[in-house]
Parts: sequence; structure tokens; C-alpha cells
Amino acid sequence: MLTRPDPGSVTILFEGAPIRARAGESVASALLAAGILAVRTTPVSGAPRGPFCMMGACFDCLAVVDGVGGVQTCLVPVREGMRIERQHGARDVAAEDAA
Amino acid sequence: MRVDLAIIGAGPAGIAAATEARAHGLSVLVLDENPAPGGRIWQAIEARAAKDDEDRAAQEAVRAFRASGAEARFGATVWCVEPEGRVYWSEQGRARDAEATQVLIATGTTERPLPIPGWTLPGVMTVGAAQIALKTGGLVPDRDVWIAGQGPLLLLYATQALAAGGRIAGVLDLAEPSGRRRALAHLPAALRAPSYLARGVAWRLALRRAGVPWIRAAEIRAEGAARLERIRFVADGAVHTRPASLLLLHDGVIPSVQITRALGCAHVWDEAQRCWKPTTDMWGRSSHARIAIAGDGAGVGGAAVAALSGRIAALGIAAALGRLGEAARDSAAAPLLAARAKHLAVRPFLDTLFAPLPIRPEDDTILCRCEEVTAGRVREAVALGCLGANQLKSFTRAGMGPCQGRMCGPSVAAVIAAERGVPVQEVEPYRLRFPTKPLTLGELAALHEQEEALEPHTS
Amino acid sequence: MMAERFDVAVVGGGMVGSAIAVGCARRGARTVLLDEGDVALRAARGNFGLVWSQGKGDGMPAYAAWTRESLRHWDSFAEAMSGAAGTDIGFRRKGGLIFTLGEQEWEQRVEDVRRLHNQIGGASTPVRMLDRRELEELIPGTPLGPRVLGASLAPEDGHVNPLLLLRGMHAAFRAAGGTHRPGAPVDAVRPGFTLHRGAESIAAERVVIAAGLGTPKLAAMLGMPVPVHPVRGQNMVTERLPPMLPLPASAIRQTAEGVVQIGVSYEENLWETATTVKELARMAARAVQVLPPLRHARIVRAWGALRPMTPDRYPIYAQSQAHPGAYVAVCHSGVTLSAAHAGPLAEGILAGRLPDLVAELGPDRFHADAA
Repeated sequence: MLTRPDPGSVTILFEGAPIRARAGESVASALLAAGILAVRTTPVSGAPRGPFCMMGACFDCLAVVDGVGGVQTCLVPVREGMRIERQHGARDVAAEDAA
Repeated sequence: MRVDLAIIGAGPAGIAAATEARAHGLSVLVLDENPAPGGRIWQAIEARAAKDDEDRAAQEAVRAFRASGAEARFGATVWCVEPEGRVYWSEQGRARDAEATQVLIATGTTERPLPIPGWTLPGVMTVGAAQIALKTGGLVPDRDVWIAGQGPLLLLYATQALAAGGRIAGVLDLAEPSGRRRALAHLPAALRAPSYLARGVAWRLALRRAGVPWIRAAEIRAEGAARLERIRFVADGAVHTRPASLLLLHDGVIPSVQITRALGCAHVWDEAQRCWKPTTDMWGRSSHARIAIAGDGAGVGGAAVAALSGRIAALGIAAALGRLGEAARDSAAAPLLAARAKHLAVRPFLDTLFAPLPIRPEDDTILCRCEEVTAGRVREAVALGCLGANQLKSFTRAGMGPCQGRMCGPSVAAVIAAERGVPVQEVEPYRLRFPTKPLTLGELAALHEQEEALEPHTS
Repeated sequence: MMAERFDVAVVGGGMVGSAIAVGCARRGARTVLLDEGDVALRAARGNFGLVWSQGKGDGMPAYAAWTRESLRHWDSFAEAMSGAAGTDIGFRRKGGLIFTLGEQEWEQRVEDVRRLHNQIGGASTPVRMLDRRELEELIPGTPLGPRVLGASLAPEDGHVNPLLLLRGMHAAFRAAGGTHRPGAPVDAVRPGFTLHRGAESIAAERVVIAAGLGTPKLAAMLGMPVPVHPVRGQNMVTERLPPMLPLPASAIRQTAEGVVQIGVSYEENLWETATTVKELARMAARAVQVLPPLRHARIVRAWGALRPMTPDRYPIYAQSQAHPGAYVAVCHSGVTLSAAHAGPLAEGILAGRLPDLVAELGPDRFHADAA
């Protein structure tokens, strides 16, 4: 696992539960710090996946960020109050559009 | 927007090029998808305390770049570069574009994929990924964290992690021992740049002092149900199983060729580094008149070489745009070229010592993470007559997912080559097309509507 | 050195050549399929996966009839290819749509359907107009944009996974004892017939040139002038999405994997398969008008391919008069026509006489105007 002594002063919500984050880090980094390794299931087989490359290349850290699915969480800096949800399989753009 | 020079990537090469180009009066636009300058190696350098001279030099380079007057856009993901110089990117959910007389691509490297059984499980990441988490989030490894593979970054990360208070369960060295013997032949030349060798020795010593087990291993597997639970490997002729909370893989880095490939720039196989790279001349110019490449994306040389290449490329571009005479360009470039040659003297030694691992995946090992295509499926397609990665893509969907083959390109080519019994450079790699990064249909559609508004219908 | 001898040599391993080769091999002919290397200018990669009759044959009823003949064979053909591929190649025939945006497109479409019906009548498959309400009843839950006033529907049309189709044809060809030789283009064909490829030479009783844009050069060596030029088509696909479009439509379809494929440009005389932002943006703008939620969907890939186009856009089939036993087959509807190519066309080639249905589709039509 990955840990740190200072959990940071920013609060984001993962699946509704608050987790602490450091200003300037990515959402994926904050999730790893909170011990959350799996952020989505694949649309191909439903297998769980989580951050792998942390540099925007692998597209495995996709999650729903503030209602928008398929977001590369390793490229998005944390913001106070941000809502993150797991992405289950294919992204439902029709539901996002209706929201 | 119109600029003299658009630079893609704000790592050591891009930053140095922007600063140099501004010094010669060029208007410069720098685009980077990260939130701050520094690239991989200097990631979050402005937010961290300098630990050594190298950090201080990096901070100085970023300061000079910030003060240079170059327009820098972060969180800007470039998805298309046209040969005539138009650059398209996405920024805060909007597609934008700029016209540049010259484009410098400084997009660095990605880690060479190391496909092992179970590498798609949550809890398996790359060493580079853990290093980014360390630099940007202060995250250190703790309890049952294993590192496996080979390469200088593996050593560097392990040392950095320990220095930051982390704990590592062990390093599994997957390199074949013959590399060490062959590397010795290149040692005399490498002594021209002794600092690289000194650092390597210091890293190994730091690991030994910290009591991190260093195990020569093979046939590593990641296992677990919904996430990584344990690793299994062969060492000293026996199979070992160890609990693992995190497994970090590494097998060196290779140039990111997405943009140069999509542009149709000429590429050449680098036998020493076992990878494709764009063809460049001493100024970094590609086979396209308006496109240049600097930094590790043109061949891996490290941060110091990247920064020098960035400055050299900027001098070449300034001269090409008539802002600098050829004599002035040459005299400014002479010391940079000499310094670059000195740094590069160590490469044959390092490239041999850290030769990439052979790719011999079992049939049920996933190669294409996006489409979940296994090595066995790739082998079946070769048996059906696929000679290269493109027909293979059609037959298996490998490389068709959102990463566009970044995670499977080299290993798919290696498996095809092995099946066909030909050298890997004879296997045609994935043909790439823009957009090289995903953007939404809405963003793209807005570009059309914008154009419609500018050009009323004549019909 | 003695050249290897085959009953049939097919030049071109794309949609057209593969279908003919599989048809010959399955009928017991000793067949060799000569294919280019990995980056051939393969139109098969650029197609849209439609099995389609709607709108085809304007000015050429023979093309409509030939298309209809292919549709007649598609069910059994798809079953055979699925069996060979070891997986369902995804052939679904529940109808195909052409959406209309705004009044003008609606009226134009009504007129086009009427004109084509009057012209070729029963030679083609039926097509009918659906207004917005009828369309919503047909595809409930599809999030249509407000400008979609309706669509034309051809109930006998469908779509297929074109990549699995090609793989299935290659697998079926090998399973039927066919010899697949990829790796290099054929340099020359000599009467008799001998095919030369680098140092290699291959002899065959019959030769079929189905080499797409490479056809004219080889056909000329056998005394057949075949006018073909490239037309670039660009395509793009989104990330995988939940099902939202159950029927394929012209220029937009959702695949079995959930990917939405959006096409397609028509760019004349370019020998270049790159993509352009201008065309992709135009295609995207139309797609988001048809299905507005798609504006959130990410494009994961785009590509261009060159279609082999004839002057009147219809296929060309012919047997050489100077060298009987030599055939050409070139078209840009390789998916739709693959069932006919593997069926009646292959049968005709083996019998030494092309099917009557393609009699009007010879290259002579481009030279007869002077008479």
C-alpha cells in the first residue's frame, strides 16, 4: 500500500464518503492514499481496475468525477468537495445528459 | 491564435526550448496536460523542497521558463498536430487550436509495458506511477510492497521511496545476467560521464544498507480475486509465494511516438534501445519541415540531454525563422552539442546493462489491457496470416481501446515477431491516427459549428 | 524452376478477394489467395459494417438486383463465417435507417425514395418513410435529437462486425484447404496464367484480380481496362456505451461491443489515409444532432481508408475476352456484396461464365457511350 504521514487539508467524496487529499495532487493519487485501488470495472469483462500508469497513458483509472464518466483521474487535480464515484462498465452518456 | 513556435510538453526539453526560443524573440505557446511544468522527472518541482543540486537546477530552469514570457497552458491535452503547423488541444472541456510556424514535440517517454499474469489487477502499477504518487502526493510504499523488473528508474524510485521513509518488501530483479557481462565492453566510454555510474552505485548501496532483499527472479505472477493479494515467482530454482499489497513493475522507458507516428514522420528502429524513435537531425528536425522533436521522445538520453536538446532545437528553429544567423546559431550551439555528446557517452553502457526483458507471455496473459486481448489470441491471429500489428488489430481488437496501443504496442509486436520468427523491427507497428487522445464528440462538433459561423454557406 | 500450380489464384485479401477465395475454396477448387503486407491500402478497414441495399442502384437497376441477390444469401453466409471464425460475426438484420434532419432533408429523402422506387421498383428491397412518431415506436428509448423529423427504413438491411467477417472469411478459406500467402503485392500477371511476386511465381488456371486500387495495373496486363480511383472515407468510434441505437443507420451505428461508429467522409482522389479535423468535426456535428447525448461521449479512435471507386461508383466485374479465365472484381460495397461474391460470383468464375446478374456491370459501360 501507499501511505503518508500528512493526509492533506482538502476533502473529496468517494462514493459519498469523505477522504482527505493534498492540494495539487491528482484524484487518483488521493484515492491511492485512501487505500482505494479499484476505481472501475471494465466494459469488456467487468473486471476491476485501478490506477496503473498515473500519467494519462493507460486509461485504467477512469471514474465518474462530478457526474462526468470516463474521466482520467490521474490527470485531474483534486478540488474541495469534488464527488468521485466508481465507474461500472460502459459509461451511460444518456443518463449524464439527462442529469 | 498564431505563434512562431508551439511546444508540446513542459518537461526538461520543452521548458529549455521555450526559454531559449523566447531569448531570440520568438512567440511561444507551451501546452502540457499536467497541472504544472516539469514533466515526469521534474514533476511538482515547484511545490517540493529542493533536496540536492539537481533539484535546485531544475527549479532554476522552471523559474526561467515561467519568467520567459512564453504562453504556458496546463491541463491542455493535445490531440492533433497537422503537418502545416496547426495544433489542436482540449482544455477545460473545450477544443481549441492555434497556428504555429514551427512545432516542437517534447512529449518524453512512457514506460515499456511488462505484461505478466495478473498485471491488470488493482494493486499492480508501474514504478513510474508510484514515483508520480511520491512526487505529487508524498505517498510512500509501506507493508508488502514489491518492485519487479529492471531499469535505472526502478533503482532510483526505490532509493527515493526509502529516503522519504517508505518500506519495500523486496526487489525482484528480472534481468538476464548476460546484460551485465555485455555492458562491461561499453564501460570505458561510459567513464566520460562518470556521474551516471556513481549514482547507480549509490542507489544499490542505499538499498543494501536499508536491508531491502534483492532477489534474482523469473516467471513472476500477480494473484488475487478483486485486487492484488500475493505474488508468485521463481528464484533459486524454487517457486515462492509472498503476500503483496502493491506490485510495481518496470522495464525501462521508450519514446512516446503517438504524435509523430500520427503525423507520418519517418521513424527508425533504435537497436541499442530496442524501440522505435522519430528520425531527427542534430537540430531535432523531423522528416516534416515544420515539425521538430526534442528530449527523450527522440531517443532516451535522460533529463540533462533532454534540456540540452531542447535548447539546441530552439536555436535551430530561431535560425530557420530568420531570428538568428547561422553563425550565431552555430556558436551558441557548439558548447551545448559538446555537452550533449559527453552525456550520451554513457548510453551504450546503460542501454546494454538495462536491456529490456524478453517478452514471452503465456497464452492466457493479457497484452491489450483495454480490450483484454491475450497473448494466445494474438498467436491465433498470426496463425491466420497476420504479419503485423494492423491486420492483427482488425482480427483481435488489440490496440483499439482508449489507450490506442500505448500499453500493448511493444509486447504485441514482440509476440508477432516471435511467432513469425523475424526480428521485431520487421513487424509493422500500429498505424496511429489523430485524435491521439480522446476528446468528446461535443468538443469536436463545436469546432465545426465555429467554422460554419465564420464561413457562411455559398450555396 | 517450376511454378506452383493452382486452380484459382485470387489477388487481394480484402473483403472482395477474400469472399471470392472462400467461395472457390469451399467449392473444392485448389485456391491461392495472394495478399499484401500489414499496411496494405485496405478498404476493408475503412468500411462501415453495413449490409445495405437502401438507396443503391439509382441509375443502375442491375446494381440493385445484385445487392438484393447478396442479401438473399447473407443469413447462410453469416452462419458459415461465424462457424469458421469460432465466434458470432455479429450479423443482425432488423432493418437499416437513414435519419433526416430538418424539413429539407425529410422532403429530399421522400423524393429520393419515390424516384428510386419508380425507377427500379421490384428489383430492389422495400423502403418506407417513418415520421418521428413511427420512428420513436420502432426504436423506443433511443435519445433522438429534436431535429430528427424521421427516417427512411429498409427492413431487409442490417449490419455485421466487418472485422470478424474478414477474420471469418480468412479462417473459412484456410479450413477449406485454401492457401493464404500474405506479405507482398503481386508485381505482374502473365497470360496462361503466371503471377509474379518478387522472386516467387505462381501458376493458375484462373486468375481473379480483386486488388482494390491495385486492380487497374494488373487488369491492364490481361487486356482489361478498369478505371478505379481512390476516395477517402474517414471514420471514428466512441468509447463503449450502453445500448442506445438498436438499428444501424447511414453514417452512425452502434456495434455489439457498444462502440458508436460515426462516418463517413467522401473525399475524391487522395492517396492519403490520414484523418482531418475538418471532416471529423463535420461528422461529429451531425452525429450529436441525431443523438444529442453523444456529445458527452469520447472519441477513442479515428482513421481513414481509401475506397476503390469507379467513375459511376458501381462495381466492375468482367472476364477478359483476350484471356478467358482472367477476371476482375472491384467495388466499394465489399461487405454487403460478400455473400454474393462467395456465392454466385465464385460459382460463375469456376464455371467459366459470370452470373447474368452482373452482365451489365462490366467495364465496357465506360466505353460504350461513343456508340
